[in-house]
Amino acid sequence: MTGAVGTVLLWCFAGAATLGAVLMLVARHPMRVALSLVGVMLSLAGVFALQGAHAVAVFQVLIYVGAVMVFMVYVIMLIDVRDPSFTKRYSRLLVPGIIGAILFLAAFVALLVAVPVGAQSPGGAFALKPFSAAFLAEHWLEFELTSVLLLVAVVAVLALVKGNGRRHG
Amino acid sequence: MDSAQMLVALGAILFVLGLAGAVVRRNLLVVLMCLELMLNGVNVELVTFSRLHGSTAGGVLVFLVFVVAAAELAVAIPIVLLLVRHKKTLDADAFKDLKG
Repeated sequence: MTGAVGTVLLWCFAGAATLGAVLMLVARHPMRVALSLVGVMLSLAGVFALQGAHAVAVFQVLIYVGAVMVFMVYVIMLIDVRDPSFTKRYSRLLVPGIIGAILFLAAFVALLVAVPVGAQSPGGAFALKPFSAAFLAEHWLEFELTSVLLLVAVVAVLALVKGNGRRHG
Repeated sequence: MDSAQMLVALGAILFVLGLAGAVVRRNLLVVLMCLELMLNGVNVELVTFSRLHGSTAGGVLVFLVFVVAAAELAVAIPIVLLLVRHKKTLDADAFKDLKG
């Protein structure tokens, strides 16, 4: 979607994503943090869709919100430990962490001012047909390598759980 | 402000907020979610610059980031569960004896 409506929607989604990210830092209960993160991810899916990257937007919702965050919410429900990390939100690194974040952001703003980003090209590189053709014709090796990564992750989790179980009898 | 510039700034803000959250928060699960936020910031930058240059490589890299995020969480959650079973707490400060 282009034009004034698209621009307004883009700014709204970007503002919603930033608001959700700030809420993640101040929310007390992990479940509220998870819900803020779901809000951020859905807003980003809107941002991607408005940029024409519909495939990325769909998989953002399917994989991130549908799989990763549901898993996260399930784990939060599983671990219901009432401990100091629920009441005291911030660690001893609060002040250095905030200062570091501000310095990082200042460096980035200086970079953005010094090297301006070029104008958005109208290119249709993300249209579904050329995108999927390029995905499976040019980048098939990376695609296969990610399956190796997933296999390694599964083996690592199995080794982790089994090794620990053996030590505890 | 140009919309491409705004999107690059949005990605940087999300990355910095995720980094700050990963450093500042105590709860281990919240730290993990802040790592996810950092990956999302990187995804915004990848899509924006990929569109800017009219190439698909950045979009493909976004899919690889999805897979990396899923694999990272699949390994990290069992580690957190084992740590919680060991110490009965989610407080990151309680695991100081893990160092060196």
